[in-house]
Amino acid sequence: MINIEEQRVTLSKIGEEMLNLCQNQVEQSFEAFITFDTDIAEEVILKENRINALDLKIERDLDNFIALNNPVATDLRFALALLKINYNLERIGDQAFDIANHTIDLNQKLAPELVEKLQFKVMFETLESMFKDIVTAYTDENLKAARKVFKKDKVINQINANTFIVVEEEVTKNPALVKQYLMALVVMKKYEKIGDLLKNISESIIYYIDAKILKHKKKK
Amino acid sequence: MAKEIEITMENIKSTKIDSPEIVDESTQQNASRIETKGVKVWYDDFMAIKGIDMVIKPNTITAFIGPSGCGKSTFLRLFNRMNDYVEGFKMEGKIKIDGDNIYKKKVNVEQLRKEIGMVFQKPNPFPKSIFDNVAYGLQIQGIKDKKLINERVEKALKQADLWEEVKDNLKKSALALSGGQQQRLCIARTLAVQPSILLMDEPTSALDPISTAKIEELIHHLKEEYTIIIVTHNMQQASRISDYTAFFYLGELIEYDKTRKIFTNPEKKQTENYITGRFG
Repeated sequence: MINIEEQRVTLSKIGEEMLNLCQNQVEQSFEAFITFDTDIAEEVILKENRINALDLKIERDLDNFIALNNPVATDLRFALALLKINYNLERIGDQAFDIANHTIDLNQKLAPELVEKLQFKVMFETLESMFKDIVTAYTDENLKAARKVFKKDKVINQINANTFIVVEEEVTKNPALVKQYLMALVVMKKYEKIGDLLKNISESIIYYIDAKILKHKKKK
Repeated sequence: MAKEIEITMENIKSTKIDSPEIVDESTQQNASRIETKGVKVWYDDFMAIKGIDMVIKPNTITAFIGPSGCGKSTFLRLFNRMNDYVEGFKMEGKIKIDGDNIYKKKVNVEQLRKEIGMVFQKPNPFPKSIFDNVAYGLQIQGIKDKKLINERVEKALKQADLWEEVKDNLKKSALALSGGQQQRLCIARTLAVQPSILLMDEPTSALDPISTAKIEELIHHLKEEYTIIIVTHNMQQASRISDYTAFFYLGELIEYDKTRKIFTNPEKKQTENYITGRFG
């Protein structure tokens, strides 16, 4: 194996570590928020430092990879894709960190009917499934898995779009839960953002594998 | 002298490479400066070029890349018939420049070489003064008008971005110049006879990075007036300065496309393996 390939394998493994770490952070942030488990929320907050450190390491390693190897073609696409994937993963980590903080701020467990009506579980299961697709796409260079993410992001967007309507109706019926409703709105928005970031990651994986740039491409 | 073989449909088995897409459709009809069809070359029994079709557009820089012995320099030297003197050289196919087959019997080779200048890997100034080096081509053409020669020498040295460095020392020996200056002098010498096509065979491989950058900048400026073909082993140089890149391997043209396509997403695996250093 030539040197540049060894470097790519190493970089790819660090990227996979970042992906797993962020996936875990999102799962834990959800569990903390839904079950009001502040211990898990604290763990998520602590682990944010690891994400930031890994983000810096990947950036630095990619800087070196580009500067020392002058990559072109597939090597260049790999470096550019990983740079974008890493950037989006770091932002996913930020969202999980914010949700963990909101859990502590809310200081109460969400009412079960609220969780039900806002479709929190459907949203989270969809995100979980998107993460699985991304992991498959990333590790196996699987285009099909990467493309599955786009449809699933639409589900997330739809749930988020309904949130405001549900909150508007429910808050008048039960004004005592207003704080929970407002926090639920904020957290839903965070998950919707995670969906967008996963979609960006999927685009970067497709760019690397297939060299097609999907960003800003509108349907004619 | 090269033996010209008439092409028939039966004996052409050329590499089929589509010409890169032309951006300006309006120039499409007159877009070809150089056109090759079914070009094959042998040195005795060794087949160095295995049938190449290629179209080179005017005022573009085309880089020929490929491993040593792939035929890129042989192919380049066909355009000004430099291979004619190589023992055992034999070619088949057609090479047209501005629509005329340059391997026809009646072609004036000296006139052709005036039209198609060449710069070599190592700077090769004559052991004469800077002025005499640049004026040499004009003098052997029989130009005696001193005013005209002075003007052409100054213009060529300016085009080669050397004038400011040598204008006060034109009588100085060209051999006293640095390697980079000598190479720019050779470019000036080529430009003085006012060619319209420039062939460059690894023109910076013997130069340091600063001299290389100067030559590359110069090549970039010359594109406005000349059609330039450059053979290079430096992938970064090919990607930096050329509009089109042609990848050769074992005498075949494997891929020929816009440089940005070749260096970001080449069609052929062989091309990708070569430009990413995995070839072998």
